[in-house]
Amino acid sequence: MSKIKIVNLQKSFGDFTAVKNSNLTINDKEFFVLLGPSGCGKTTTLRMIAGLELPTSGKIYLGEEEVGMLRASERDIAFVFQLFALYPHMNVRNNLSFPLKMQGYKKSDIKTRVREAAELLRIDHFLDSNISSLSSGDRQRVALGRALVRRPKAFLMDEPLGTLDAEFRELMCLELKKLHIDIGATTVYVTHDQLEAMSLADRIAVMDGGQILQADEPNVIYNKPKTKFVASFIGSPGMNFIDINEGISNEQSTINIEDANFNIPKQFETSKSNKNFFGIRPENLSLTNEGGLKGSVFGVEYLGSRKIITVKTNIGEIKVKADISINIKLNENVQIKPANDSIIIFDGETDKSLKSEFMK
Amino acid sequence: MAKVELKNLSKTYDKKILALEDINLTIEDGQFFVLLGPSGAGKTTTLRCIAGLEKIDSGSVLFDNESVTEDQPASRDVSFVFQQFSLYPHYTVYENLAFPLRSPMRKLPEDEIKIKIENIAKMLKISNKLKNKATELSGGEMQRVAIGRALVRKPNIYLMDEPLSSLDAKLRESLRIELKNIQTNLNATILYVTHDQAEATTLADKIGVLKEGKIVQIGTPEEIYENPNSIYVSQRLGSPKINVLPGSLFNINDNIPTFGIRPENILLGVGKYSGKTISIENLGSETVVAINFEGHEVLSSIQGIYKSSINETINFDINLNKVLKFDKKGNRINER
Repeated sequence: MSKIKIVNLQKSFGDFTAVKNSNLTINDKEFFVLLGPSGCGKTTTLRMIAGLELPTSGKIYLGEEEVGMLRASERDIAFVFQLFALYPHMNVRNNLSFPLKMQGYKKSDIKTRVREAAELLRIDHFLDSNISSLSSGDRQRVALGRALVRRPKAFLMDEPLGTLDAEFRELMCLELKKLHIDIGATTVYVTHDQLEAMSLADRIAVMDGGQILQADEPNVIYNKPKTKFVASFIGSPGMNFIDINEGISNEQSTINIEDANFNIPKQFETSKSNKNFFGIRPENLSLTNEGGLKGSVFGVEYLGSRKIITVKTNIGEIKVKADISINIKLNENVQIKPANDSIIIFDGETDKSLKSEFMK
Repeated sequence: MAKVELKNLSKTYDKKILALEDINLTIEDGQFFVLLGPSGAGKTTTLRCIAGLEKIDSGSVLFDNESVTEDQPASRDVSFVFQQFSLYPHYTVYENLAFPLRSPMRKLPEDEIKIKIENIAKMLKISNKLKNKATELSGGEMQRVAIGRALVRKPNIYLMDEPLSSLDAKLRESLRIELKNIQTNLNATILYVTHDQAEATTLADKIGVLKEGKIVQIGTPEEIYENPNSIYVSQRLGSPKINVLPGSLFNINDNIPTFGIRPENILLGVGKYSGKTISIENLGSETVVAINFEGHEVLSSIQGIYKSSINETINFDINLNKVLKFDKKGNRINER
């Protein structure tokens, strides 16, 4: 397995620049997720690592070797598209050995590799079964096995769980995660599903408009987003943003919203923009009787282990994630209070989060 | 709008594939009823039988206690919203919305049509798009118009087949709450099909859980989540999924073949059980930890960040009040 490094990578299609001057280091054995909306450049980045697209400029290193201009077949990496692509007329064993046969491996080698992969994926007891007789979960494992037998330096996966229903996706996420823990293969994984990214990744790179906005561990991306875009892309329901129509000064530690004063983490940066944003996640808000931001309940959504309360205020709708025991009715008047220490101020002009006691 | 009932409804395809078997359910006037189940469970077929798009083999469909079983689709007066929005691309949003009202069966006067459309457009926040061609809209706007086209009429029932599933997550979330509010305001009768559990629990007054063409439980979202009557139903709601484990595992008590406990009821840090962590998923507002306990995988979910590393020994406890007990066939023993 190998470290992957991209340096000043750029890709243009005619006038359109799909990937802009990107730099990334994906560590050996790391599960790395490229996350972003459609058109953000994540798949193009992955395809350049695979060798399916050639970069316009910049370099790609696989281990110590510069591979940017090598053909896909000359790079020792396995590309997993939709995991479901299996040969339906072959049994499990033949599906697994097929890629090795094509590459001209010896029979004895093929046998060893297939056995190893099958044991790892716990599919060794049905190697002689037909694909059509397998459950969808088992099929998915076989598909993974087919990538595994090649013992590639890295796995590249492009939305492999995209077409599955939610329930099954959750299951496969856990399978992939466990497999990764077992074999520790460097993996680059592309998705637009933030939950999938959070649950799988050692590190996530959030992309938008061809640029990498932030690359960090999931909890850092979630709790300390560097830009408003990153903050809004991660989390469900998303972060609440409240407009602040005034500048932010250094050392500022309170803020006035709709006649209520709120303590905020001491700010270490200044913003001269007169349109900034106060960002807070729904789970860091609570309902209170006084001293909060006033509004009325617009929606109560039951989610089994939590409830989401949507409150309509003069400054827009705000979502609060509350405990299941909360008893509240539509149109009830409520007040919202933020947990002071997890407020983030975003600069309205640069989209960046300002440094503070919390956002050090 | 109407109360809609299905009585002993069965439907077979090609004389051999049983799609629906003895379905009995009542959707009260003004109720938001959600049918939940995996693909192939019979959700869409049920919807199509009510609309009259499928001929049923036996049983009956009643609107306000009157049978419509033999009626043609057009005379049943129902509105259908499909998964893929089907708008007339060469028409403006206004004309798309007006289309069902101008139909020869209704022929509403134009001034009345205008008022109706303006109301619905306001509700769905598409007032400023009325003059746009359907092709000039974003995916979310198109689906709003498609929902709007159903809502401009007041039929016996609105039938909705995964209307939000083609939209991205953020849009789905915001339309979800709007749809619920519109339904409450209009006091509309809706039968809504989905396999998205968040949609089911947030929208429904009542959920009907389907399994292989049969209704296996009907209840409020709370009832289905807290008090499922079988392992199957318990697995339909909850993310991460409920732990289903052999009864002997925690020595809970005598001769229970299987029990279920939801991940939020497995408490980490202290407790009389201990196992090794298999994986840790930090999902932002919660953390899901998989623990290997005597060869079984136990999932726990806790609020916030949980610091731990893989293969670490971890103590945990279970909330005994929340244990669901199941018999050999997977049916509940201790129903409340």
